[in-house]
Amino acid sequence: MFIEPFVDNEFLRLALAGGVLVALTCAVAGTFVVLRGLAFIGDALSHGVLPGIATAMLLGVSGVIGAAVGSLVMMAGVSVVSRRFRLSGDTAIGLLFVGMLALGVMITSRSRTFVGDLSRILFGELLGVNSGDLVLQFFALVIVAVVAFIARRPFLLLCVDEGLAKTSGFSSRLFHNLMLMIVAITVIASFQTVGTLLVLGMLIAPAATGALFARRISTVMLIASLVGSISTYVGLLISYHFDLAAGATIVLTTVLIFAIAATYTEIKKTIADDGHGEHEHPHTHAGSHIR
Amino acid sequence: MISSAEFTIKTEHLAVGYSKFPIVNDISLIMRPGELLVLIGTNGSGKSTILKTMAGLLQPINGQLKILGSAAGSLPKRVAYLPQHPVSTHTLPLRVRDVVAMGRFAHLGLFKKPTTHDNQIVDNSMHLTGIDSQANNPIRDLSGGQQQRTHLAQVLTRQAEVLLLDEPTAGLDINGRKLVAELIASERARGVTVVMATHELQDAENANTVMLLAQRVVSIGAPEVALRDEYLRECFGFTQPH
Repeated sequence: MFIEPFVDNEFLRLALAGGVLVALTCAVAGTFVVLRGLAFIGDALSHGVLPGIATAMLLGVSGVIGAAVGSLVMMAGVSVVSRRFRLSGDTAIGLLFVGMLALGVMITSRSRTFVGDLSRILFGELLGVNSGDLVLQFFALVIVAVVAFIARRPFLLLCVDEGLAKTSGFSSRLFHNLMLMIVAITVIASFQTVGTLLVLGMLIAPAATGALFARRISTVMLIASLVGSISTYVGLLISYHFDLAAGATIVLTTVLIFAIAATYTEIKKTIADDGHGEHEHPHTHAGSHIR
Repeated sequence: MISSAEFTIKTEHLAVGYSKFPIVNDISLIMRPGELLVLIGTNGSGKSTILKTMAGLLQPINGQLKILGSAAGSLPKRVAYLPQHPVSTHTLPLRVRDVVAMGRFAHLGLFKKPTTHDNQIVDNSMHLTGIDSQANNPIRDLSGGQQQRTHLAQVLTRQAEVLLLDEPTAGLDINGRKLVAELIASERARGVTVVMATHELQDAENANTVMLLAQRVVSIGAPEVALRDEYLRECFGFTQPH
């Protein structure tokens, strides 16, 4: 019941491998999305790729290339609109988000299989993942992990305060754009698996769960990887046994895990607060080193 | 001891503000190693704008500004800045020690591995600000005063030659204020130039130079000159009790 479906069906094994690769990539990029408060721009990026993918599909080109072009246009657009027109960041992002989404739907409506194509882009086709997709997702994971490792110090400073990054000698604009780039790569590599609409759930829910418990950024990523991977396995199993959409079931599982974790931490905090008047908590002592 | 340069901060007819709109015009001063400049004024008087400009976060609108002989913001290893309200850390999953250690990032850059010496500086800074007993606790669980001590430790960890402190005593109790005064004194003894923005007139007692601000320079000079009754009345609408 828990293992056999994966032993018996190759498409499920491929889906599990693809889902775990996406979960790991989203854990790294999602940690910065959550800690730097980039959820809205992550949402916009995931929808901004829609016209690119739709155009690529109409032209018979790889959707990945279309997604890459779409995300570049989106990132450049947000930067230009917010700087030139003196609008707040979220207004600029909101305008482009809606514009790109509408353009994507318009382009897709030229296709004879309008509903099927749109559904495939928005919700992914996890059970149709092939070995070529796995190679692409693996490379995306490597690129995202390497960039996040090299830029870990400026990324951390940016999460705390943009000014602190700048006064520490790091270009806040360069590293902010680099952070957006790894989010874009994650979206591009994940749209085939969970779709452009649901990838945001994979980016946010596991990392938000990690942020509830962790005291270090690396621990947030570790917990997010575990939550994302377990959700992929549980979601696939549920979707197999109950004939449900795989991508949506996985994402819903991540959100449910977050809800359970958040409830647990709130109850724990309430109990601790109640007992605080009676007992003082001893504090631990220093003893570790700079990463 | 930091080697004695001719001056550490030099401004000539400096105008500071946001975009192209100046808030304070015509600031001219010279600070030398070990000196303390205190900026005093009400909210919105331009104290933070001057500090942000010295930190390189804002471009000067007009005039000249040199920090250690270079343009502001170009020497991150030698200049440290404490913002008025250090932001965001209360929501982040970070330990106190990790926040303090960020002060070394300017020296470490992207690739350098922290040495035993770097770790000793971090430990020493936490000890000096009295936050070492909280080192492994999440900063989001600390009180406002303890968070401020953590950010002060981060600034000290930079081991800079110029400290730009925007209301460093904000949120601190009497002991915390005393601690800040002692830290500033010991940094100055090391030859560090300190620029501090404050609302408190008593913070100006040990300053070499005081600048009284009200969206312009009301007065500048030694405390006994810059804090004369007529200037205080002009700035705050009241004078000090004698």
